[in-house]
Amino acid sequence: MAPVAAPLAARAADVSLLNVSYDPTRELYQQFNKAFAAQYKAETGKTLEIKASHGGSGKQARSVIDGLQADVVTLALAYDIDAIADRGFIARDWQKRLPDNSSPYTSTIVFLVRKGNPKGIKDWDDLLKADVKVVTPNPKTSGGARWNYLAAWAYALKTYGSEAQAKDFVAKLYKNVPVLDTGARGSTVTFTERGVGDVLLAWENEAFLSKKEFGDDKFDIVVPSLSILAEPPVTVVDKVVDKKGTRAVAEAYLDYLYSKEGQKLAAENFYRPRDPEIAKQYEKVFPKVNLVTIDDPTFGGWRKAQKTHFEDGGVFDQIYSN
Amino acid sequence: MAGAAPPPPAPRRRHGVIPGFGLTLGLTLLWLSLVVLIPLTALFLKTAELPPERIVAILTAPRTLNALKISFGLSLAAAAFNLVAGAVIVWALVRYEFPGRRVLDALIDIPFALPTAVAGIALTTLYAENGWIGSFLAPLGIKVAFTPLGIWVALVFIGLPFVVRTVQPVLEDLDHELEEAAATLGAGRLTTIRRVVLPAVLPAFLTGFALAFARAVGEYGSVIFIAGNLPNVSEIAPLLIVIRLEEFRYADATTIAATMLVAAFILLFVINGLQRWSESRTGRLG
Repeated sequence: MAPVAAPLAARAADVSLLNVSYDPTRELYQQFNKAFAAQYKAETGKTLEIKASHGGSGKQARSVIDGLQADVVTLALAYDIDAIADRGFIARDWQKRLPDNSSPYTSTIVFLVRKGNPKGIKDWDDLLKADVKVVTPNPKTSGGARWNYLAAWAYALKTYGSEAQAKDFVAKLYKNVPVLDTGARGSTVTFTERGVGDVLLAWENEAFLSKKEFGDDKFDIVVPSLSILAEPPVTVVDKVVDKKGTRAVAEAYLDYLYSKEGQKLAAENFYRPRDPEIAKQYEKVFPKVNLVTIDDPTFGGWRKAQKTHFEDGGVFDQIYSN
Repeated sequence: MAGAAPPPPAPRRRHGVIPGFGLTLGLTLLWLSLVVLIPLTALFLKTAELPPERIVAILTAPRTLNALKISFGLSLAAAAFNLVAGAVIVWALVRYEFPGRRVLDALIDIPFALPTAVAGIALTTLYAENGWIGSFLAPLGIKVAFTPLGIWVALVFIGLPFVVRTVQPVLEDLDHELEEAAATLGAGRLTTIRRVVLPAVLPAFLTGFALAFARAVGEYGSVIFIAGNLPNVSEIAPLLIVIRLEEFRYADATTIAATMLVAAFILLFVINGLQRWSESRTGRLG
């Protein structure tokens, strides 16, 4: 279920690219693809057709592994690209190929609450109160949900000190979760449209988008004292671009994400830009948050975090097994 | 007629009315292999990659057992409900003339045609606490969306046409005169239903039940939106399979899938047996 968007131009293009991405980047890449195609035309005189496919990050990774001919992948977390790399489609050291861990924009996890914040939710501790219902997707099926979970874990570990207490904290938090949707968008719908829960753990860009969609009078964004730096990474799929001969254009496409224009488009779509100059222009939009990263010793990178927390029998399963 | 029995007549090929048995059977087997048997074999082969103790561990994990219990239990409950509701609907459709009967008749098929995800989202919208139906149920303390009850509602929705459409033609064929004859012989209404109508339609009901049940066991799209998906509480087995795939554990996923398949097959086999038994006991009428 990964719909491929219709090409912008009906006439045959000189070059075509397929960008396999995850769900909430739909709006971003619609604009970005148009901008890059225009720039490519101006520079080379060739028409470029960019197709985009969106879906759950893990599902998208599996499609590429199963043979979807993606020139570039722009997914929710490095682990999903690692999974593609493990099967020989991408060089193992892919994350070093572009600046900033190959993540041209970042995001973080914030709380979306109902207008006026009736339950007085200010920080992670408030999510454990008996009368608070928390909406978050299932970390097994959603990349965004893994960031949510790890942000809570990082907070608990920093605040209470031990792994056992962090596990206890996260277990209590998930006791307050009435619905585990399979994807980030699903959770947003459950919270915003179905009226379930008091707080939604959401991608920052998704939270902004919800406010924009439903009006500022419906929801407030609460920024916790500590969150996680979510780095959605991008890379070219070596096996595909080498076969199709599209490496140069695919690399130019990704480089353009780091350009001033690309950074601006990311910021417009509520992703935090990496470029200091652009970041300064948008600093009013994005509140300052104390952020841990996935490479923090707390987690030791995606592979380790995945193994400890989300694999079969990992901490997340243990939370639900008793 | 003493002595040796006369030699049996030379076996003669018996020809049916329609020729081409060999060809059609060949095509049938080929097609069945391509579409059903080979994919299913692949499923079992993938499962066989795992050592037996791993398979046992996967299947005896509480999470797996609960998911299977939820899927099979609620599917049976939904099919049972559809059996009763379907009976009433079929009876009304076949035996009475009323305005809008044709429209109602056409509406029955909607769950067949509707993409299941759309059905799931529509049902969730209706049954959520702020939905049209859910907002009336919530003050009574009945929560439907995001509970096992919600799963049951979705499974009832997708299963209903199976019962109606299997029973309908049988009931239509059932002659009114039989009931009239029973009445003239002094049978009361209940006796007529029990001794005349029920035996005739029971096999069809069992078939409808089996179809609705089989469909419900594998249902994914309409359920995940309304289920709440909490492990051990409202997590259906098909979702657990998807979760294993997301973890890139293909063999684990196929293990659960193969188990569901075997369990469903056994249940369908039992239902089929019941159906034959009821047919042979009563003899098919109509």
